[in-house]
Amino acid sequence: MTAYPYLKIDHVDKSFTRGSTETEVLKDITLSIEKSEYVSIIGHSGCGKSTLLNLVAGLLPVSAGCVLLENKEVNDPGPDRAVVFQNHSLLPWLTVYNNVRLAVDKVFSGTKSRQERHDWTMHNLELVQMGHAKDKRPAEISGGMKQRVGLARALSMEPKVLLLDEPFGALDALTRAHLQDSVMAIHGKLGNTVLMITHDVDEAVLLSDRIVMMTNGPAARIGEVLDVPLLRPRKRLALAADPTYLKCRQRVLEFLYERHHFVEAA
Amino acid sequence: MNMPLRKTETAMVLPASAAKVFPLPAAKRGTFASRTMARVRDVAAKLIPPIVMIGLLLIVWQILCSKPGATLPSPSKIWTEAYDLIVDPFFVAGPQDIGLGWRVLTSLQRVAIGYGLAGVIGILLGTLVGQSVWAMRGLDPIFQILRTISPLAWLPISLAAFRDSQPSAIFVIFITAVWPIIINTAVGIRNIPSDYRNVAAVLRLNHLEFFVKIMVPSAAPYIFTGLRIGIGLSWLAIVAAEMLTGGVGIGFFIWDAWNSSRLSDIVVALVYIGGVGFILDRIVAGVATIVTRGTAAN
Ligand SMILES: Nc1ncnc2c1ncn2[C@@H]1O[C@H](COP(=O)(O)OP(=O)(O)O)[C@@H](O)[C@H]1O
Ligand SMILES: [Mg+2]
Repeated sequence: MTAYPYLKIDHVDKSFTRGSTETEVLKDITLSIEKSEYVSIIGHSGCGKSTLLNLVAGLLPVSAGCVLLENKEVNDPGPDRAVVFQNHSLLPWLTVYNNVRLAVDKVFSGTKSRQERHDWTMHNLELVQMGHAKDKRPAEISGGMKQRVGLARALSMEPKVLLLDEPFGALDALTRAHLQDSVMAIHGKLGNTVLMITHDVDEAVLLSDRIVMMTNGPAARIGEVLDVPLLRPRKRLALAADPTYLKCRQRVLEFLYERHHFVEAA
Repeated sequence: MNMPLRKTETAMVLPASAAKVFPLPAAKRGTFASRTMARVRDVAAKLIPPIVMIGLLLIVWQILCSKPGATLPSPSKIWTEAYDLIVDPFFVAGPQDIGLGWRVLTSLQRVAIGYGLAGVIGILLGTLVGQSVWAMRGLDPIFQILRTISPLAWLPISLAAFRDSQPSAIFVIFITAVWPIIINTAVGIRNIPSDYRNVAAVLRLNHLEFFVKIMVPSAAPYIFTGLRIGIGLSWLAIVAAEMLTGGVGIGFFIWDAWNSSRLSDIVVALVYIGGVGFILDRIVAGVATIVTRGTAAN
């Protein structure tokens, strides 16, 4: 291992100012992520998970502290930190293929030939099993398929860190399970470094190497970090009765529903 | 501040699009004969009601204007008096005695230049205004005031500035059509979803790429709303402007016919103006559906 962590979120604060009122959303967040690690952030709605992800993506500026990727500070967005947004955010006037191709053309304009860029686009669509729908428009495919394309677009940028903001949040349980399996398979094959936001305890335990639990806002902090010592590849069915799995699940549930019960949701 | 405006302007256009009937896809494919029959029935269902209505209107008109002392010509009188104009739109019998088709084309040429300029400048200015909060705050009230000025009110200023009727007429078209295009484009740009901006930011699109690949397609439905209002206003304006500036356009033809008491000719010209206005609107609406296909639905 190198002397410094691959991705480091270093004493980051974030507050929003609207008019004269300042709301502190995140307080003193410090987190290190190693290469190829899969880290989930879990917390109640509104605690600042998306804000944290946007800080890492560079879409929002930090109020204090810094985000370091390979020991270099990142201040602006870039394809080395590709984001899959909760609501897919595909461009509706482009076909599935062109949505991915836009990213490929932009990132590899100098390094890949036309043919190579086409092949790379198709390769990433095949990776998420969406090659068959390449000529469809986003409006013509299902929510799960849109997320697959969003994932393909993010993967096609060959990001150093893949940022997923509740990528399966809007999907039905069955589609969600399929997508989780796909993401696990891709992570197993490519070894991406992933930072994923979720509010689903099972999803967090199934996919992650570590689970970062956040306290409720305002001024949310990292409450606890849990290691998930389950071997990969993981099988959903086999894990359902696995004692380690159940113990991890229990820990997260306890954190969320006993120690940091979400008052407003009652 | 701008949304309500766009809503009213959309409402101005809506009747035309609301009346559009979309053919339902055939539930199951029958034989060729039955499919042809279905097609014929479809077309008939669309064509027969307006034809019947127009027939009824003509009959009522005929009855009302056949009375002794009627001030306006009846349809049959128009047919006999303006026969030449009706049957041949493209005759040329002298420098000022040409078919209405030629006159309409002359007017359309002016509209094309003025409206084309309004389109290009309107979209560019609208983009600029929509991009910047301060430009919006500063310019929007000015645009809102200027857009309410009647096209004809611009004409004297325009004549004084250009000292020639041709560029003056074109300027009037331009100044009439440009406001709705600017305002709607600006609203469209402001309404680009932040998701698309985030995608562009992650991809590090530069300004030009962002304009071409995100802004224009995303704002296209709004831009076309502006373009459609603009073409309607242009056609309204050119007829009025030509009445005052002269020349060979359709507007001046009406003025001329009025001065020589050829009421029947005026009625024929009105039919032309209505028809051409309708076709212009359909063309822009058609281009809009082709270009924005998939953009609105998400
Ligand atoms: N641009 C913003 N301006 C002001 N407040 C914001 C902004 N974005 C988010 N917030 C606030 O920050 C808090 C955390 O939001 P978010 O990160 O979206 O929560 P989560 O993703 O965990 O549900 C919320 O209370 C929200 O109102
Ligand atoms: Mg969120």
